[in-house]
Amino acid sequence: MRKLLRYVRGYGAAAILAPLLMFFETVFQLILPRLMSEVIDVGINHDAAPNENLAAPLRALGVTDLMGRDGFNYILAIGIIMVTLALLSILVGVLSFRFGAVASQGLGYNLRRALFNRTQEFSFADIDQFSSASLITRLTNDVNNIQQTFNMGLRMLVRAPVMMIVALVICFSINAKLTIVLFVVVPLMAFGIAMIMRAAHKLFETFQKRIDGLNNSVQENLIAIRVVKAFVREGYEKTKFARSNDELRDAGIKAVTTVVLMQPIMMLSFNVSLVLVLYIGGRFVIHGTLLTGELYSFISYITNILMSVMMLAFTLLTLTRARASADRINEVLEHEPNLSDPAVPAELPEARGKVEFRGVSFKYDASGSGDDVLHKIDLTIEPGEFVAIVGGTGVGKSSLVNLIPRFYDVTDGQVLVDGVDVRDYPIHALRERIGMVLQKNVLFTGTMKENLLWGKPDATDAEIERAARDAQAYDFIMARPEGFDTEIEQGGVNVSGGQKQRLCIARAMLRHPSILILDDSTSAVDSATEAAIRKSFSENLKDTTVIIIAQRISSVRYADKIVVLEDDHVCGLGTHEELVESCAVYQEICNSQREGAISE
Amino acid sequence: MNEPKKQKFKTAETKGGGGGPRHGGFQKPKNTKQTVLRLLKYLTARKGILVLVFACLLVDTLASVGGTYLLRPMLNGLVSDAAVSEKLASLLRSCLLLFGLYVCGSAATYAQANLMARLAQNAANHLRRDLFNALESLPLSYFDQHTHGELMSRFTNDADSVSFAMEQSFVNLVSNTLLFVGYVAVMLFTSPILFLITAVMLALNMLSFKVLGGRSRKHFRRQQAALGQVNGEIQEVIEGLKVVKAFTHEDEAISEFDELNQAYRDAATDAAFYSGAIFPVSANLNSIGYAVTAVVGGLLALVRGFDIGGLGAYLLYARQIGRPLEGISQQLTALLSALAGAERIFEVMDAKPEVNEGKVRLGCGLDNHSWVWIKPDGSTVPLRGDVRLEHVDFSYVEGKPVLTDVNVFAKPGQKIAFVGSTGAGKTTITNLINRFYEINGGRITYDGIDVRDIEKDSLRQSLGAVLQDTHLFTGTVMDNIRYGRLDATDEECIAAAKSANAHSFIRRLPDGYNTMVTGDGANLSQGQRQLLAIARAAVADPPVMVLDEATSSIDTRTEQYIQRGMDALMEGRTVFVIAHRLSTVRNANCIVVIEHGQIIEKGTHEELLAQKGRYYLLYTGQNKLD
Repeated sequence: MRKLLRYVRGYGAAAILAPLLMFFETVFQLILPRLMSEVIDVGINHDAAPNENLAAPLRALGVTDLMGRDGFNYILAIGIIMVTLALLSILVGVLSFRFGAVASQGLGYNLRRALFNRTQEFSFADIDQFSSASLITRLTNDVNNIQQTFNMGLRMLVRAPVMMIVALVICFSINAKLTIVLFVVVPLMAFGIAMIMRAAHKLFETFQKRIDGLNNSVQENLIAIRVVKAFVREGYEKTKFARSNDELRDAGIKAVTTVVLMQPIMMLSFNVSLVLVLYIGGRFVIHGTLLTGELYSFISYITNILMSVMMLAFTLLTLTRARASADRINEVLEHEPNLSDPAVPAELPEARGKVEFRGVSFKYDASGSGDDVLHKIDLTIEPGEFVAIVGGTGVGKSSLVNLIPRFYDVTDGQVLVDGVDVRDYPIHALRERIGMVLQKNVLFTGTMKENLLWGKPDATDAEIERAARDAQAYDFIMARPEGFDTEIEQGGVNVSGGQKQRLCIARAMLRHPSILILDDSTSAVDSATEAAIRKSFSENLKDTTVIIIAQRISSVRYADKIVVLEDDHVCGLGTHEELVESCAVYQEICNSQREGAISE
Repeated sequence: MNEPKKQKFKTAETKGGGGGPRHGGFQKPKNTKQTVLRLLKYLTARKGILVLVFACLLVDTLASVGGTYLLRPMLNGLVSDAAVSEKLASLLRSCLLLFGLYVCGSAATYAQANLMARLAQNAANHLRRDLFNALESLPLSYFDQHTHGELMSRFTNDADSVSFAMEQSFVNLVSNTLLFVGYVAVMLFTSPILFLITAVMLALNMLSFKVLGGRSRKHFRRQQAALGQVNGEIQEVIEGLKVVKAFTHEDEAISEFDELNQAYRDAATDAAFYSGAIFPVSANLNSIGYAVTAVVGGLLALVRGFDIGGLGAYLLYARQIGRPLEGISQQLTALLSALAGAERIFEVMDAKPEVNEGKVRLGCGLDNHSWVWIKPDGSTVPLRGDVRLEHVDFSYVEGKPVLTDVNVFAKPGQKIAFVGSTGAGKTTITNLINRFYEINGGRITYDGIDVRDIEKDSLRQSLGAVLQDTHLFTGTVMDNIRYGRLDATDEECIAAAKSANAHSFIRRLPDGYNTMVTGDGANLSQGQRQLLAIARAAVADPPVMVLDEATSSIDTRTEQYIQRGMDALMEGRTVFVIAHRLSTVRNANCIVVIEHGQIIEKGTHEELLAQKGRYYLLYTGQNKLD
């Protein structure tokens, strides 16, 4: 939690002013009951002389006849001071909230920015490690949580102790003996609250778990409603639900009936101190060692002190709850991206599109004991070649091509692009040479044109049209009334799978890369269209090295070179005709597709 | 990494407003009165307890108001002219009385809260049960029209806010109102003149609530909009982070995000400020009231002999009167949003459930193995598996026909294959046989009986289904297979798994058949899930099957593995299969080619090839379905 505080930078003044003003608000408010006792003891009862701390400045202001008109003047003067203090309290209180809002929202802003920027530095391995969902939670819920806790803590961590200390000091100054009552009641109450909170915490954890469990089963039911209905399992599911629902209720009753002890205990502590103070203080008043007004203000102060104990307890509870969020945020902020630019980048070679794998071994967790995903791969792809990679799921096809733009670092061996190890390129310079269509591809909210411009931000309309035509996307784009200005909705839900793939291909082609990689990116495109895309590759991208991963033999059979991956190694390399003759795995793949699919 | 995995992005958007009380998301219920009455029914299930709760509330309020009122004579007694010993004795008496009163009050508070917690938890329990039961009875079309997220939030957000309101808001509203009325009465009685000051202070307080509340709502709306954009950007960029990096688009992403982040910060600062400023304003207005009361009270004491005890008690009231009002306004907001939630819950409950007027039931034949249809008059018809679709018309949305004039006849044991592009209506046809949806025209018969005359559960029990996107349930692998027939023995489940070609992979799982399946089978591969679904259908052993074959998203060798399981399942049954494989199609008794909701070709493989139509083009690979 403390580590995150440095992110308040830029809002430091607000972060200091908010608690400072809160300090003044608290003090101003606490003076009021003491002044009220002056009204009663001096103004009405004439039991004491005016307090010199008040009388001296008033005289200096020219109020000479302080006790004039039977004390009326004094009462009025005190009244004016009280109202002034209250008005000042409004001012500083509101300002404190303003600064608190500025500081906490500023902290939130800084944290979000730092987290976001950090994720932009992450390598693919880092992204895999954290997972997108968890990164999103950290950037949204966790930051919000910290922000709110900070806003509360900023003021409450000042208000509660100040209130307690100032009220105690005033109490002491009024009557030290009477204050002892508080030293008995406050610890008892604090102990009670702590015990209840501890018990309730555990019970609420169980309660929350039951809620999660219940919600999970509801969600499961919603997702699988067709299965439930097809197997006529509504009754079964209802019974199942009723059972966890009852468990939830029982846990809820246990948790809530425990936590509701809190209020009566606090009320009772307050009221017991009140009665004790009234009794002991009353005796003092009867014996003349305490003034009536002092007793009245004392009662106010014990309210304040007990309130501050509660406030402190709740604030600390909230702070501990926010700790989990703080830890999760810190984890990201302190995570050093595991890929970085070389200290001394190599001189950039001419971009021709040659790719070499030399003795490449790779696994996702380099230090882990698991088997290599790729083991001692040697492969050379010449500039302008059309190379296809085939193999079953999980044999490392995607892993292999992901090494070329250095999305991951090899565990052993080296990958060279145009004769230079990819680790010696500045990362951006390397990736700018490569057009990549990922297996899990994404379009972003914005128009189709804006999405295509990702490939090349300064592309002309003619270039965009050309890329769209080459990727066989032009016709369906123009079929929409808005053409290239058609908005893509979040997640790309308003384009079909095949259209999405073609847009992604166009986006990559617009980059005019020397190496174009398509990772299973035509699976949703029909064969005729796929053939057309292939044709435009061979006509318009003659100098570009094209590497594709595909499932269908029909997609790869015309490649200059087919790489067959099996387990973690290359088990076949050659043209379709050669492999049909020589490679058993390739034959098997061909056979399994002979009785192939009639539709996707 | 130990974050709550289930935390969905959606919650961030709806709850992320944050900062301050719930002045923001005002959602007003539409029909308040009816919703309140209906909700109350859940709470008043046990009237005796509710009466007890109110009795406790009353005791609580009386103790609180009365306790403070006792202070007046007590304080006056301290400064009276009576003898010291008498004063001491009276002080002790008063203190004991006060103590007794407060103990009663606290006991009543606890009893009330405890009882209410039970009442509310039970009410919430019944509400959730009714909601879930209603949900299970709804037709599929309802689930098509409402997203999972939307229905989920009935259980999460809405049920939670209703249960919170039942537990707290409802009682607090009543108790705060009682308290407020009690305070006002006693204050008026103590000093009507001083009450004028209090009234002015309260009015000012309300005014500030109105002004600041309005502002805060305005800025909260602005904040919500900005938050939506920030969260949307976060989700999009983080989910597409690999693409961002592939296109070296990091700097653009950062600057775009910074803009949104700033806009959100500014909106959120204002929203947090206005919602927070209400607290110091209201608290200190109260202080002003207190100060003025002290002065005027002092003057009254000087001029009109207002008693010191009365002033002391009044000052205590004046400090407390703000609290019930604050409570009421807070609870009202919570209550309104709970009522809106309750309304949405009742909407789901009131949705029309599946029609189920059929009378023909499924029963066991005399030999205990074969199945028969039992008609309402007691006569039986053996179940054979003869299914006919005659002139079937169907549309999900009126005026947009999905199927027109579909005629398909399946004799017992025949295999009917549906071929056609995505969205042509293949799945729809199979859903009609299950009676997941009601047809608009024509009829579907099963062994000569109109499916509308068959009790729905019986109809579905006689039909097995393997759907393309497989769904599994949390539980063991064995539980998931047994889902097909709840009384199947372990041996029967294993036999089914063997026939579905699933046995060998299950055995290799860490705990074999006892391996837990979690998160819709996230710990299994797509192919394994499919095999389990086949085993699940196999254990049910129904005479008619509806199958949706796997597509090419699985690699071809895994697919073959699954197909062997599918083929075993098809043996000896009437099968409707949405076919993707040539081998399935080729040996079907009838191939139905569907295009735009109409059957364009129908016949055996050979017949269709001879026709040289659409099927011929597909088969020869000249035409690909998208």
